[in-house]
Amino acid sequence: MLGQLITSGIAIGATYALMALAMVIIYKTSEVLNFAQGDMAMLSAFVAYMCLSTYGLGFAMSFTLALAFAFALGAFLEFAFLRRAKEPNVLGLIIITLGLEMMLYGLASWRWGSDQKDFPFPVSDFDVYQLGGDVVISQLNLVTLGVACALMILLFVFFRYTKVGVAMKATQQNQQAARLMGIRVGRIMMLTWGMSSVVGACAAFLIASTDTLDPNLMWTPQLKGFSAAVLGGMTSLVGAVLGGFILGVVENLFGGYVSVEFKAVVAFAVIVLILCVKPSGLFAKHYVRKV
Amino acid sequence: MDMKRDYYEDIRLLDSGPQVFWLAVLLAALAAFPLVADSYQIYTVNLIAIHVIVALGLNLLVGYTGQISLGHAGFFAIGAYATLALMLNAHLPFIVALPLAGFISAAFGFLLGLPALRLEGPYLAIATLGFGLTITQILGRLDVFGGHMGLQAPPLELFGLKVTSDAGRYAVIMPICVIMTWGLRNLTKTRVGRAFVAVRDSDIAAECIGVNLTYYKTLAFAVSAFFTGIGGGLMAFVLGFISPHTFNVMVSIMFLAMVVVGGLGSILGSVMGAVLITWLQLELARIGELPLVGPVLTELSNQVFTLSGLPNVQYVVFGLIMVLIIIFEPLGLYGFWIRTKIYWRTWPF
Repeated sequence: MLGQLITSGIAIGATYALMALAMVIIYKTSEVLNFAQGDMAMLSAFVAYMCLSTYGLGFAMSFTLALAFAFALGAFLEFAFLRRAKEPNVLGLIIITLGLEMMLYGLASWRWGSDQKDFPFPVSDFDVYQLGGDVVISQLNLVTLGVACALMILLFVFFRYTKVGVAMKATQQNQQAARLMGIRVGRIMMLTWGMSSVVGACAAFLIASTDTLDPNLMWTPQLKGFSAAVLGGMTSLVGAVLGGFILGVVENLFGGYVSVEFKAVVAFAVIVLILCVKPSGLFAKHYVRKV
Repeated sequence: MDMKRDYYEDIRLLDSGPQVFWLAVLLAALAAFPLVADSYQIYTVNLIAIHVIVALGLNLLVGYTGQISLGHAGFFAIGAYATLALMLNAHLPFIVALPLAGFISAAFGFLLGLPALRLEGPYLAIATLGFGLTITQILGRLDVFGGHMGLQAPPLELFGLKVTSDAGRYAVIMPICVIMTWGLRNLTKTRVGRAFVAVRDSDIAAECIGVNLTYYKTLAFAVSAFFTGIGGGLMAFVLGFISPHTFNVMVSIMFLAMVVVGGLGSILGSVMGAVLITWLQLELARIGELPLVGPVLTELSNQVFTLSGLPNVQYVVFGLIMVLIIIFEPLGLYGFWIRTKIYWRTWPF
């Protein structure tokens, strides 16, 4: 019982971790809390669905096209809307992303209606592996876990060792100084949004394959991803992934031992409690602002 | 022209003669409105008045005190459920239950204000968002509140008179709306209101000049929750039926949209934002029937999109409005108003 709860908690946590990673990438560079994240990913999943079922393309082709679309969408949104804001403050940026979220949601549910669709996926949720004892894990969960860990390591390496990654970090620390050092800040931002959108799209494919595809698909995962990112501290990649896993496990344990009914709520209770103790999350340094 | 010469001029509620005149005209128009309008129009204005109350409360928190909240649907729900529960279970009359529900909501606002003392920016947004979701989840599970089935509003009775028509509800809601607007205007002119603004501009600097942060931040949350709770209590009677789904996250976002579109930190802005967004909400829900735009969109739906999804166009429009307002006029409708006024005053220069 305990082992199974923890295992499936980690598996669910992996999707939260992916969403949290997507959030953190954007927050790391531009300090924008992106509420459109989930719906950007949802739209990409719909594009993949369209390629698969309407045009009958293969899995590899469809997913590549959808990821390319995700990258273009992210870059476009940054270029067309975020960059146009005059002297934006935190609230203004949050409102812009909320507005984008509503636009994307409206477009998707206008185009595809609100009926639920089956999202085909090469890996099944029903083939399971024994992990010793009576603990099982499905193929799909393993893939999700693998994708989350791989992306985390990839991003970590990217931010630490590549020139573009370092430029992104520099942009976050001080935009003006970064610009003076010859970094094209606008281009870096576009790139960041594109990357984040791709990571989010990966999460959406994996979530859509366990669930059915409809315009509300990513709302809950996005909130959980937010919570995971906040738990981890918003700026730390490792923190975001660990936050996702912690959240998944805590949620599952609570559902298993205390009450299934309030399972959806426990994440937020955990967040509020942890933020009371550590206002910047578990894995981030708390900077005290100067006046 | 606008120079203030002493303190009493600064704290005066109405600045000039024309303002008094136009206020009197507005009040007279509001009083005469139910005599000339039909039932649906009165219903619309009832909704607008409730949203004005909520937008004022939220603006006090977001615009005046600078604390973001994505969870005001939670307070809205608390107000609505508390009013109905007090009337149905404790058999209190409406006139007692409504303020009591407001104070219950304010107590929750105080509680939410406590963690908010240490949080800012994205962290506060998440915490308040979580609060709003949690409240509706919990309300949906409690049998006292009807669970997922929701609650039916009891007949509204005031001073022995039964209120059944839209006009009757208008007579209850509009005076409350006017009084609360007046109260908020008063509040922003006092020490408390100025303390809120000081906290918004720089909380550390405010603390240095003797503003007690703990007190004023939690107070802002409590007052804001009180306004929203009262709005929720009235909403229960306008809708006649409430369930947890009435208070989803979209409602919180719409409240925030009203405040931002109208103009942060401005009472007139809150009113304009609430009027515009509520009206658009009602109109866009049946966008296919609108003249000019309707047939075009219907045709477009048949060609590219789906006809069943057509009402979702309203989200696209709202999203676009929110984004464009922030990009082009961060002060919202209030900013437009100010600029138009200055344009005419200084014309032809």
